[in-house]
Amino acid sequence: MPIFTRKTKMLTCAMVLFGATTAFAAPEKTECLAGAKPGGGFDLTCRLAANSLLATKAIPVPMQVTYMEGGVGAVAYNHVISKRADDASLITAASSGSALLIAQGKFGKYDASAVRWLAGLGADYGVLVVAANSPIKSLKDLVAAYSKTPNDFPIGGGGAVGSQDWMKAALMAKAAGQAPKSMRYVALEGGGAVVTALEGGHIKIASGDAAEMVAHHTAGKIRILAVMSKERLPGVLKDVPTAKEQGIDVDWTVWRGFYVGPNVSDADYAWWSKTFEKLSTTPEFIAEREARGLFPFTTIGKAFDDRVKADVARFKALAAEAGL
Amino acid sequence: MNLDYLWTGFAVALTPTNLLIGFVGAFLGTLIGALPAIGPINGIALLLPIAYTMGLPPESTMILLAGIYCGAEYGGRISSILLNVPGDAGAVMTALDGNPLAKQGRAGEALAISGLASFFGGTVGTIGLALFAPALAALAIGFGPAEYFVLMVFAFATLGSMVGSDPVKTLIGCTLGLMLATVGLDPTSGAYRFTFDEPELGDGIEFVVLVIGLFSISEAINILEHQSKGGEIIKVLGRSLARLEDISKCVWTVVRSSVIGFVVGVLPGTGASVASAIAYMTEKRINDRDGTFGKGDVRGLAAPEAANNATAAGAFVPMLTLGVPGSGTTAVMLGALMLYNIQPGPQLLTERPEIVGGLVASMFIGNLILLALNLPLVKIFARVLTLPNWILVPSILVLSVVGVYSTHSSVLSILLMLGIGVAGWMLRKLDFEMAPIILGFVLGKVMEVNLRNALAISGGDLAILWSSTISQVLWVMAIGIAVLPWFLARRMKRLRAIEAKAEAADLPED
Repeated sequence: MPIFTRKTKMLTCAMVLFGATTAFAAPEKTECLAGAKPGGGFDLTCRLAANSLLATKAIPVPMQVTYMEGGVGAVAYNHVISKRADDASLITAASSGSALLIAQGKFGKYDASAVRWLAGLGADYGVLVVAANSPIKSLKDLVAAYSKTPNDFPIGGGGAVGSQDWMKAALMAKAAGQAPKSMRYVALEGGGAVVTALEGGHIKIASGDAAEMVAHHTAGKIRILAVMSKERLPGVLKDVPTAKEQGIDVDWTVWRGFYVGPNVSDADYAWWSKTFEKLSTTPEFIAEREARGLFPFTTIGKAFDDRVKADVARFKALAAEAGL
Repeated sequence: MNLDYLWTGFAVALTPTNLLIGFVGAFLGTLIGALPAIGPINGIALLLPIAYTMGLPPESTMILLAGIYCGAEYGGRISSILLNVPGDAGAVMTALDGNPLAKQGRAGEALAISGLASFFGGTVGTIGLALFAPALAALAIGFGPAEYFVLMVFAFATLGSMVGSDPVKTLIGCTLGLMLATVGLDPTSGAYRFTFDEPELGDGIEFVVLVIGLFSISEAINILEHQSKGGEIIKVLGRSLARLEDISKCVWTVVRSSVIGFVVGVLPGTGASVASAIAYMTEKRINDRDGTFGKGDVRGLAAPEAANNATAAGAFVPMLTLGVPGSGTTAVMLGALMLYNIQPGPQLLTERPEIVGGLVASMFIGNLILLALNLPLVKIFARVLTLPNWILVPSILVLSVVGVYSTHSSVLSILLMLGIGVAGWMLRKLDFEMAPIILGFVLGKVMEVNLRNALAISGGDLAILWSSTISQVLWVMAIGIAVLPWFLARRMKRLRAIEAKAEAADLPED
């Protein structure tokens, strides 16, 4: 038995050496950190990568998904920067919501340049909805009505003041010439609660994301007035006009992607970028993405880094404008 | 009435895995209930993080926890009857007639009768749950932020007047819970409160941390402090079949007590202890003509057992339909759902029928399993009472630390849990109960968010809080329930004064 042990040891040594010199090889094990509870958006983002990377054999062993709850990703962000800055095997899930929180200084002392933004793999889009029996039929109607009597329209969303849902509503209020701060905004717990409150007539408008509202829209419980994307969305929502078509130029892309620690080497960063680029065109990945209700949004490497930083700058301006 | 969800539920609960999980839950629950130290809430608090880390799907976790909950209500009677030490709060009344029966050498019969009563109560409660949940869920659409706020006022009113022996301490406990609930991200404005710039506190004090600290850690310290000095175990169980005449004597008692238990369970803030007390008192008033209650009357034994099992089912009604826990234990189960990112509320029944249905179906099956377990195996469960503390206490501590760490992977939460545990132990020494703190914590969050949302809708106009019929009815109920005990106490005092007078008048004749 001792011989066997020595052999294995040597083999391990060789593998480590080999791994260190050839940075383009896949990391031995990979991990995706979700900065929230299982079942949320970050978990979904991690699973998208983990499942499709394994299915396409880009990684030899399953990617481990770990959870670190706190501050909608703030704890994970601080953890990666301070404890695992050079860990090339770790990617961390993020979304446009993270960029919004960074813009508002809610991720602690760090800003968007404290990590290396790696890749965006899919997106959802903001929507504004009303109850199915509402007299409001289009976003135009809504803006016209809201500009006259804003107090008749309590607005519900799945986040606090300053969250993405609040921001979408604020953009509508701004278009109607009303101050976002005086919105009658109701912070509810997620999409299900929002739909129930709409049905019960407790709120008149709801702000949310396309994926969570589609089922209720097709079930005839609610009406999606507009999608906040540049172009119409494919599939069941193809008949819903964009906000822009209705004369209100607002766009709210809820992208989902990953970052790595600030001290991850260029070579490892390049390996991940290449791997995701290859991955994004495979049928396995496209199926996984569609299963999660996400629309195409493949933005990788520097392009993604630029996008996130531009978003943060835009959100900073928006937040200041909205008086947060 | 649409009961489709229930058939979905049976399909879920009858899969081999979930049957096994339900069985394990029922078995563990009976053990946990039988142990005098730990009740259902401790058991669930301990096992919740473990189930979660094992990667069980949410419906299986709920089935496991519901099995423990119902099992503990069965198990609680064992130590009540044999030791005269209630295994949990719901079994306090069981000891009154159960232990005298055991002393008469009829321990086996007492266990059998109470097992049957438990089964009946549990089944009636579950039928009630199956029927009422969809009805209440339909009504719940009418509940907006304003109505939820008033519902919370009502819940606090029932809490203040019913849980615990000392209403002032109950209210202090609630306030502590409310204060703890304010830590973390303010759900409305998005500002951080009392986080001391510690990102780990951003989401507030984690529910699991609070529950394990308050219940498991403080209980472990408590056991260490009061090294076992429990009563003598009655070894002779006697015949373990119930006599037919006893059963027929108990039929109406059990029916009445089950209904009482279910109704009390549905009311937010009241639990098994209240239900079994009311059921026992009612039966005593109706049946105690010869003064046999308290001396080993089977009806006095059956009443609280039927009631506390029906309560366990009833408490799920508001939890599953409104997202408002009906008891401390369901508050913990609510926390379990939220751990899975599932928001309980009226939409739960339509969006996740497999969870609600699976839970209800598993309670039907669980009651059958429990009956089967409890009648023949009661001697094995009775043996649990001899478990020494040097095994029990370290196990509780290890499970607590492992549970909290595996759920939140943070050292801060372990320290927080230990701190809360010590604080909880000190509060216990001052005769505070832990359940009001938990309920204050859970209900307080809901109350705050809904008050602020209601005022956001009305633009700051307080009139929204009493503008709808639902809220008006709730206000009247809240005021009624807050005033009622005071009124009853005065009446009792007067009655007692009259009785005392009558006795004084009787004396000379003796």
